[in-house]
Amino acid sequence: MVAPVTADKGFNGMETDFTPFQSLAGGVLIGLAATLLMLFLGRIMGATGILAGLIAPVSRRDFVWRAAVMAGMVTGPAVVWGVTGAMPAVQVPASLPMLIIGGFIVGVGVTFGSGCTSGHGVCGMARLSPRSIAATLSFMATTTVTVYIIRHVLGA
Amino acid sequence: MRLVFGYLIGLIFGVGIALSGMANPAKVINFFDFAGTWDPSLVFVMGGAVITTFIGYRLVLARPAPVFETSFQLPTNRKLDPRLLLGSGIFGIGWGIAGFCPGGALPALGTGQISVFIFVAALICGIFAAKWLNVKLTRAA
Repeated sequence: MVAPVTADKGFNGMETDFTPFQSLAGGVLIGLAATLLMLFLGRIMGATGILAGLIAPVSRRDFVWRAAVMAGMVTGPAVVWGVTGAMPAVQVPASLPMLIIGGFIVGVGVTFGSGCTSGHGVCGMARLSPRSIAATLSFMATTTVTVYIIRHVLGA
Repeated sequence: MRLVFGYLIGLIFGVGIALSGMANPAKVINFFDFAGTWDPSLVFVMGGAVITTFIGYRLVLARPAPVFETSFQLPTNRKLDPRLLLGSGIFGIGWGIAGFCPGGALPALGTGQISVFIFVAALICGIFAAKWLNVKLTRAA
């Protein structure tokens, strides 16, 4: 999956292959899951909402469907492993402190922003919700700037 | 039945995330690195997901109600408030630093890699911190 490491390109030499067909297939499955969750349970497929409802449940009924979806999500990589023979790659360029800081910032941001890439970026955009379109533009912009600063200004 | 369907839907999502590359921070960060090792794959993820959901929602929301519930739970807030835009902007900074978004990280837990657990633990701390701050801000207002 990973191209040969070259010292002069990208940080940690973490170049990744362009995978249009696999990524499109993955995207269609994400959309299918979002559609089916709306069809059967009438809910938005947002990872933020599902996680927040698990760690601070409002009712038992509300907790259990989220726990079921979460259990399914976590089984995903094993199914990919079973079918393709390879566990999906998880390559983390961030250092341990940056991973923790990044995770904390994501938690704060998605709580105030009421959603993330799945809730706003996929489901909200598909509903043509002005709030979700604005939220998606906002986080895409700051992610781009952050990556630029880390890689090309700080040169990490 | 709700739980069986919930599990299977989560599984489809998890397989989709795993195949798409969204669970791989190196791939996510490369998507945003237009000036460096750009990997446009995520355009195909977002395109595939948004178009499929757009068509799917049109069909599903034409129904009077979901299969297992009495009504669809759709967000009703229409305001573009500073909290939404600032919060989303903050999320993007964290996403750029760590390379994981919540939807990418939760299925990635299933790979058993310790870095994903560390990220999710930090993510949960951030969610609790923001909830606590939200209560404070609401009281102060």
